[in-house]
Amino acid sequence: MIKGTGDMMSKIILTPKEQPQVPLEVDTILPDTLAGKTIDEIKSMNILYGNTEVELQEFFDVEGESGEDPSELQIEFNGDVYNTKRIGQGMTTGEIVVKGNASMYVGAKMKGGKITVEGDVAGWAGQNMQGGEIVVMGNAGDYLGSAYRGDWRGMSGGKITVHGNAGREIAEYMLGGKIHIIGNVKMLPGIHMNGGILIIDGNVISRTGGEMKGGTIIVNGRIGEFLPGFEYLGVRKDIDVDGEVMQGLFYKFRGDFATKGADGVVYTATAKNAHIVP
Amino acid sequence: MELIKNVPCPFCGTLCDDIICKVENNEIVGTMNACRIGHSKFMHHKDATLYKKPMIRKANGELVEVEIDEAIEKAVEILVNAKRPILYGWSSVSCEADEVGVELAEELKALIDNTATVCHGPSLLAVHDTGYPVCTLGEVKNRADVIIYWACNPMHAHPRHMSRHYFSRGYFRERGRPDRTLIVVDPRESDTAKLADIHLQVEPGKDYELLDAIRAAMKGHKILYENVAGVPRDLIYQAVELLKSAQFGNLFFGMGITQTSAKNRNIDAGICAIEELNEYGGKFTLIPMRGHYNVNGFNHVCTWTTGYPFCVDFATGYPRYNPGETGTNDLLQNKEADAMFVIGADPGAHFPQRALQRMVEIPVIAIEPHRTPTTELADIIIPPAQIGISSEGTAYRMDGVCFTMKKIIDSDLLSDKEILKRMLERVKEIHASESKMESVKEVTSPAK
Amino acid sequence: MEYIIKNGMVYDPLNNIDGEKMDICIRDGKIVESVGESAEVVDASGKIVMAGGVEPHTHIAGPKVNVGRMMRPEDSEKDVEAKSGDRRSGSGFSVPSTFMTGYRYTEMGYTTAMEAAMPPLIARHVHEELVDTPILDKGAYPLLGNNWFVMEYLKNGEVEECAAYIAWLMRATKGYAIKVVNPCGTEAWGWGGNVHGINDPAPKFGITGAEMIKGLVEANEMIGLPHSVHLHCNDLGHPGNYETTLASFDIAKNIKASPKYGERDISLYGTHVQFHSYGGTSWRDFESEAPAIADYLNKNDHIAIDVGQITLDETTTMTADGPMEFDLYTLTGFKWANCDVELETGSGVVPFIYSSKNPVHSTQWAIGMELFLLTKDPGKIMMTTDHPNAGPFTRYPRIIAWLMSSKYRNDLIENELHAWAQKRSSIATIDREYSLYDIAQVTRATAARVLGLSETKGHLGVGADADVAIYSFNPETQDASSDYMTIEAVFRMADHVFKDGEIVVKNGELVKPRIDGRTYWVNCHFNEELEKNVISDVKKKFKQYYTVNFENYEIGDGYMRRSAPIEIK
Repeated sequence: MIKGTGDMMSKIILTPKEQPQVPLEVDTILPDTLAGKTIDEIKSMNILYGNTEVELQEFFDVEGESGEDPSELQIEFNGDVYNTKRIGQGMTTGEIVVKGNASMYVGAKMKGGKITVEGDVAGWAGQNMQGGEIVVMGNAGDYLGSAYRGDWRGMSGGKITVHGNAGREIAEYMLGGKIHIIGNVKMLPGIHMNGGILIIDGNVISRTGGEMKGGTIIVNGRIGEFLPGFEYLGVRKDIDVDGEVMQGLFYKFRGDFATKGADGVVYTATAKNAHIVP
Repeated sequence: MELIKNVPCPFCGTLCDDIICKVENNEIVGTMNACRIGHSKFMHHKDATLYKKPMIRKANGELVEVEIDEAIEKAVEILVNAKRPILYGWSSVSCEADEVGVELAEELKALIDNTATVCHGPSLLAVHDTGYPVCTLGEVKNRADVIIYWACNPMHAHPRHMSRHYFSRGYFRERGRPDRTLIVVDPRESDTAKLADIHLQVEPGKDYELLDAIRAAMKGHKILYENVAGVPRDLIYQAVELLKSAQFGNLFFGMGITQTSAKNRNIDAGICAIEELNEYGGKFTLIPMRGHYNVNGFNHVCTWTTGYPFCVDFATGYPRYNPGETGTNDLLQNKEADAMFVIGADPGAHFPQRALQRMVEIPVIAIEPHRTPTTELADIIIPPAQIGISSEGTAYRMDGVCFTMKKIIDSDLLSDKEILKRMLERVKEIHASESKMESVKEVTSPAK
Repeated sequence: MEYIIKNGMVYDPLNNIDGEKMDICIRDGKIVESVGESAEVVDASGKIVMAGGVEPHTHIAGPKVNVGRMMRPEDSEKDVEAKSGDRRSGSGFSVPSTFMTGYRYTEMGYTTAMEAAMPPLIARHVHEELVDTPILDKGAYPLLGNNWFVMEYLKNGEVEECAAYIAWLMRATKGYAIKVVNPCGTEAWGWGGNVHGINDPAPKFGITGAEMIKGLVEANEMIGLPHSVHLHCNDLGHPGNYETTLASFDIAKNIKASPKYGERDISLYGTHVQFHSYGGTSWRDFESEAPAIADYLNKNDHIAIDVGQITLDETTTMTADGPMEFDLYTLTGFKWANCDVELETGSGVVPFIYSSKNPVHSTQWAIGMELFLLTKDPGKIMMTTDHPNAGPFTRYPRIIAWLMSSKYRNDLIENELHAWAQKRSSIATIDREYSLYDIAQVTRATAARVLGLSETKGHLGVGADADVAIYSFNPETQDASSDYMTIEAVFRMADHVFKDGEIVVKNGELVKPRIDGRTYWVNCHFNEELEKNVISDVKKKFKQYYTVNFENYEIGDGYMRRSAPIEIK
């Protein structure tokens, strides 16, 4: 169960001082690790500043009240933390809210809980994510919901929603869970995808589902250019995606037959995509 | 005049090892067997400026000659005080120097990266995902009946490559060239393409589409479109049949495919294609056409010491790796880097504008024998003795075969490795005295 | 510096010492009779004392090992060590970086490790990595089972010429022993094929695996190398391959071991035999034939083996058996690296996940255990995982615990392994448990003897190198059979380790990360007149077929920090 931002929750507010040019890393600052600590203890927790460990309070004002139960704990980054990496990395429960932009690896290896970023996130948000939810109100960078370098087991569960646009190679090696991009996406979404669902409401530049073996990609906008290794299966009406019906007319493709035993599916709305039908 | 034979050439990744150097009065006065590029590396250029002493840039921008100890002291001071230093280059120095470099990076909690970051880095990313089915160059010479050059032009970039490995006779290819079929994939009518039996003139930046079609066709699937990447579907089918009937095929590929459009995914698809071609009864391998003579050596040294081939970040004390975050260009363009050490490379000439802007803002140290665009940006310049000319060391050819580079002439300058060792020792001294200070502080500071 | 290790319970099979309470004296890097009053005392009361471990077969250095690291950042990322004082950082679970490799072997009380596959053309690379592998003494085996010169000499019946060539090659590459991998099969892989069994000739060369094994064993004994031919049989990993294995072993039966150095009495070494003890005709009727192999070992004295025990981990397979790795790639669909080396050999690398839920993997685990437990004389068997092929070497402590506790094994068989482990092997019926003496045998003594290094390695007699491991386990009060978790823990992190008479592990902490071990190699001299002729022939072919000049092939002495040549004249 993902809990809402109700009054029941205790809340730690981290207000950023000036963000340094050399980035910070805060994978130590999670509901899991803050629960049960006093504000003074939290202030002196270590974060990484470039190649040096510093105390959290050097870059953040810390206020609020912690609780014993991490699932009832919310951490709020109260401002723009565009140069702070690994927010919510590995979190299993509770909630993190970022009132601005965040840097790389938001919610990487996340297992549970919820992260909301009101601005943009840089690359690798939701990398190897296993569960929980990430909501990005702005744009996301490259490799959203992807795998670590070399790993063929990518995002396996949970849900990512991006209200803006996303970068290259999102859902790389995705195995399970759901990614929904409301804006546009750059090239190679769903590269090497093996499972799960990727929904793109906007446009894709090119190479949707390159080398995909499984899973489903739905593009409601326009696909600039499509790959020649797919098979065209015709028009489908009102498709069923994981128990939800998506209304409208879609071209259906199967592939990418560049890979052995491929059985991935790409649906694209018919309205803007007549040019990719052979 | 003395003739020194069997000299490996310290220029490109072909590492021809049959060069003869003519030496007179401790100067190389001529070479035999070398290509023009290799020859010019051995010979002293009239136009080039060779540094004879270390230099430090003064506040007014002027470079002033200093003693080596002062240059090293100043360089170390910059690096020790940096929070996000980069140690970059490493492709035109020896493996022995690279090893000291990795330790220096570890000691400084710095980031270490080599020129692969702007050439075959995407190939390495593809290797992580798909593998690395290679062979040594002699396998190509002895066995290959089909050779593909994809997005590379060895006739110019690796001038002796084709005569040594393609035209030459091999154990099972007694006639050399007539026993081989040549496929070139290149948007341009390059001099290599002119030799091809089949030239697939792919549209620039559409290699991924072409590979996708080739791989689908290999497995007996119909290609979805009549024309892919500017190549007619039927010509793709024809090329695929030829590939599938090869006894031994090899793919050489270059930066025309590593650094365009889909980048690592081009190589990913290319590697997969080669792997899959082994399922039709013949043999297929590939070899990346590496540029610097020891770019491959650094990748190997870095891998065996840290686990990763380049872009290694020691900020946490243990090696971390993610090109895109931990690459030299990533750090420069994100303005994370606060100091940069350059050795055996010329980023000043090869990096994008945004990276150079950051290099202008931060202190730059260059270990470099010549005046280059990088030394123009540098605050400290230390000229080393050159590997393969005036000092010894190990280098790895593009296919992983390694050579001991020779010392042909004497030099007054320290080798790269010596310079690095002195820097490392100095950094360790400073860190040791700092940790002493720390422990004194801990003892004397009143209890909280 | 002098030390005395006092009151430990010593297990030293080469000197027939089985748990005797005694003192070990150390001076100037050697075990000595006695030391002076001022010797530093290390109290080993209630602890086990053994010689430093000797690893006869591992893959820790060289081109394919490094490609294994390069190809798998996801393996590196999951196991990292930070720099700490003089100790270097590193990464890698199944293929650790070089420094980590040296440290982890040392922490387990191992002090010698042999890299089992060196492509001669790329020997420099192997030695460069070995130099960066601290503390351990080491050596490397040049790959010769698919070498064109060897194939041509032996095809023509020129065993002496072959021996002369090998003598030169050992010096040129600083090699230690003749390694044979899938003889003729890797050459066939040059064309995308393989050979099947020992009587299937290599394409175009027309010589068979059986002829290669016989010729190389003869050449080995002609030169008098310290180690025997080190054989990775044909048909690795194929159901029904045990017949090939037994036929291969039998080739050396009547060839007498004639080492000119050391105390080796075998004429053939079979490596990772677990992978070669399979019955059945397919993966469906796959079953153990380990009892047949063990029976052969029990009846014959010319052969010793290492096991290649499956540890049920996600690991990285790597071998010069190029066609086998290609098969593994097609089986798994995982990423695949390959490197064919001109005129000499090949190799492949594929990640692999051994799962206790998988019927075949469970049976493979059982087969390895059967080999250990059914072979009566532990002097014929050695503990390996063919690191990292069947699992990383860091699992040795777990294998030791499995061998010493039938309860540990049975818990695994009953509760975790697939039923095939019981149905397709006899493992569930075996209650033998290894003693500490047996463990000392399979982790040290046997390896030292068959490698020809038992003058100075694998034992604690006077004159041995002072490589000593002390483990915090008291056999008088603790029972390995029931307290197997303790066994696993103490063998993972030794209490003390001495290397060449220096304390490198002290109270469970590695304290000297920067010392260098020896590189053993064989300085062969064999019929110098014949060698001259052979080399002039080799030089001609070099020009034509290699892409490296002859003069740049020999690697010289610069690639070893502590060169330890063994003179063979």
